[in-house]
Amino acid sequence: MNQLNLQANFSDADAFFAALADLHREGDERKSERINARLILLLANHIGDQAVLLEAMRIAAQVTTTDE
Amino acid sequence: MVSTYVNPVYDFQPSPDQTANPPAHHPVIIVGGGPTGLYCALDLAKQGIPSVVLDEDNTVSYGSRALCFSKRSLEILDRVGCGQAMVNKGVTWQLGKVFFHERQVYEFNLLPEEGHQRPAFINIQQYYPEEFLVNRIRDFPEIDLRWQSKVTQVKKTGDLVEVSLTTPAGDYRMTCDYVLVADGANSPIRESLGLQSSGQIFNDTFLIADILMKADFPTERWFWFDPPFHPGQSVLLHKQPDGCWRIDFQLGPGADRQAWRDPEKVRPLVKAMLGDDIEFEFEWLSVYSFRCRRMDSFIHEDRILFVGDSAHQVSPFGARGANGALQSAENLIWKLARVLKQQAPAALLQTYDQERSHGADENILNSTRATDFITPKNRVTRLFRDTVLELAEQYPFARPLVNSGRLSVPCTYKRSVLNTPDSVNDNFPPALCPGASCKDAPIKVLQAGHSAEPWLLPQLGDRFVLLVDGRHLPREDLDQLAQVADLEIVVLAEYVSSDYCTLKDSAGLVAERYDLQPGTAYLIRPDQHVVARWRQVNAHKVLAAMQRALAKELV
Ligand SMILES: Cc1cc2nc3c(=O)[nH]c(=O)nc-3n(C[C@H](O)[C@H](O)[C@H](O)COP(=O)(O)OP(=O)(O)OC[C@H]3O[C@@H](n4cnc5c(N)ncnc54)[C@H](O)[C@@H]3O)c2cc1C
Repeated sequence: MNQLNLQANFSDADAFFAALADLHREGDERKSERINARLILLLANHIGDQAVLLEAMRIAAQVTTTDE
Repeated sequence: MVSTYVNPVYDFQPSPDQTANPPAHHPVIIVGGGPTGLYCALDLAKQGIPSVVLDEDNTVSYGSRALCFSKRSLEILDRVGCGQAMVNKGVTWQLGKVFFHERQVYEFNLLPEEGHQRPAFINIQQYYPEEFLVNRIRDFPEIDLRWQSKVTQVKKTGDLVEVSLTTPAGDYRMTCDYVLVADGANSPIRESLGLQSSGQIFNDTFLIADILMKADFPTERWFWFDPPFHPGQSVLLHKQPDGCWRIDFQLGPGADRQAWRDPEKVRPLVKAMLGDDIEFEFEWLSVYSFRCRRMDSFIHEDRILFVGDSAHQVSPFGARGANGALQSAENLIWKLARVLKQQAPAALLQTYDQERSHGADENILNSTRATDFITPKNRVTRLFRDTVLELAEQYPFARPLVNSGRLSVPCTYKRSVLNTPDSVNDNFPPALCPGASCKDAPIKVLQAGHSAEPWLLPQLGDRFVLLVDGRHLPREDLDQLAQVADLEIVVLAEYVSSDYCTLKDSAGLVAERYDLQPGTAYLIRPDQHVVARWRQVNAHKVLAAMQRALAKELV
């Protein structure tokens, strides 16, 4: 079974983060939310494997609320 | 309101059982004359078991209720001789379109495959199938259908079940070996026995508006998410027979149920949808909310058997209510008949509970998921839902996520204890694995078929069938199997070369769909589900598989 890759896998990590920040540069939260939703769906389909997706969701759900 | 349908009135007839002392005894009593109860009586009669059906009312369904009947339901109804009437009256459709705001974002075709006698779906108001079933019951004197006979109590005493009822001519009691409780979703009998059907209640309210209009909408299922004429909600449009259309409006939680039963309140909504120049009249208005729930066990005290909506209930998205009910009924009846005829141990009935629990879970899961997609529970899930719809218009990847109801497909009892698993060396493809319901294909009857219809499915069912590819016939084994009760050998061949029922695979589709090689054989249950298959068959294997399929190994 495929596993979620938790090691660095970006071809260019800095460039990716910069592009992500650019996407949200306008600061319109509603618009950002919509962009994020599209992004999640696009990437999720690319991954495809339900086990990998579930593992990613499990880790994503482990947010702590203390710093909010 | 206008109406295209007049409910028949079935008169109450007093029964000699009213005065019988001691109380009359029947092998099977069926509580409820909805689609489930009526079908059960017919299937039992076909299997040689008489029954009494009791319904508190004196007619068929009020209002259209269940509308979409699946291919599998038509095949099940074919077995009791009601499929053709359904197709003749019903509206056949297979194309569905999904709209978001004012744009079409997605379209699906339910059965793009040729070579099936029955279409993927027909639309027909629930009162018609009930009427067809009632009419057909008249051909079977062994079915005693009693109207205006309300069951007040069902009680197990020893090995019998006592059924008490009240009628215009007074109260009386009967006993039976088995009672089938088919008294619908609110099942008064289930309640009176203190049994639960548990699951999820949905808060959203929906409105069904059946209208008559002359408009040239195509015969397709149209589903809108958040349309301009009904913002924030969903709408479903479906064609029915008799120039009637069903519109299903989501009203949201907390809608005023009473107010929405008023045609004058609904009229502006329908006008907004259809435009000002289309004239229409209301035929039926119904406001409902729904539940997805089921009983933990469909069998109570061994002899009280729940079937249909009393046992399991789903949301309407996916048309799994009546379709699921019929699948449960057909699953139960061949087993009950064999237990009553002492051809199988009572353990066979437990597999009804197992197989149909699986079926009910599948239906509940699908209809719950569809409901959650249609009625998002918070802002973020709504955002994802809307994003899926938006992306679906342009990108194929998002289309499988669009869920306006996953329409009922036959359940596969893959893990059933009745199955004999494939041998690994046989290399069968997964389709039509043990537990799957058989696929149809055109054939030509060359010799003595179960039916004269030039289709495969009508040749199967009612008894066990061993379907053998006649390019290699193990004659001695087959001659031995031909002596086995409740088993018929059906050979697929180009010409007749044996005494067995022989079918010609006229379009080559049986070979394709069943992955036939010379000698390949399928053992098929009386409900047309595959229970075992082999590349090379011998009598010993078939007999062992049949023992297993009758739960004789479970005792
Ligand atoms: C408004 C509405 C819309 C629906 N729309 C759809 C749809 O679009 N698609 C779909 O697949 N399903 C739909 N359904 C569900 C579908 O109607 C049911 O799945 C189907 O009717 C189940 O059949 P049944 O025979 O198990 O129960 P029912 O049809 O409810 O029949 C139960 C019968 O038992 C009788 N009865 C009850 N109590 C007693 C008693 N004590 N003694 C004697 N008789 C009794 C009643 O008179 C009735 O005839 C809808 C249901 C409703 C209410």
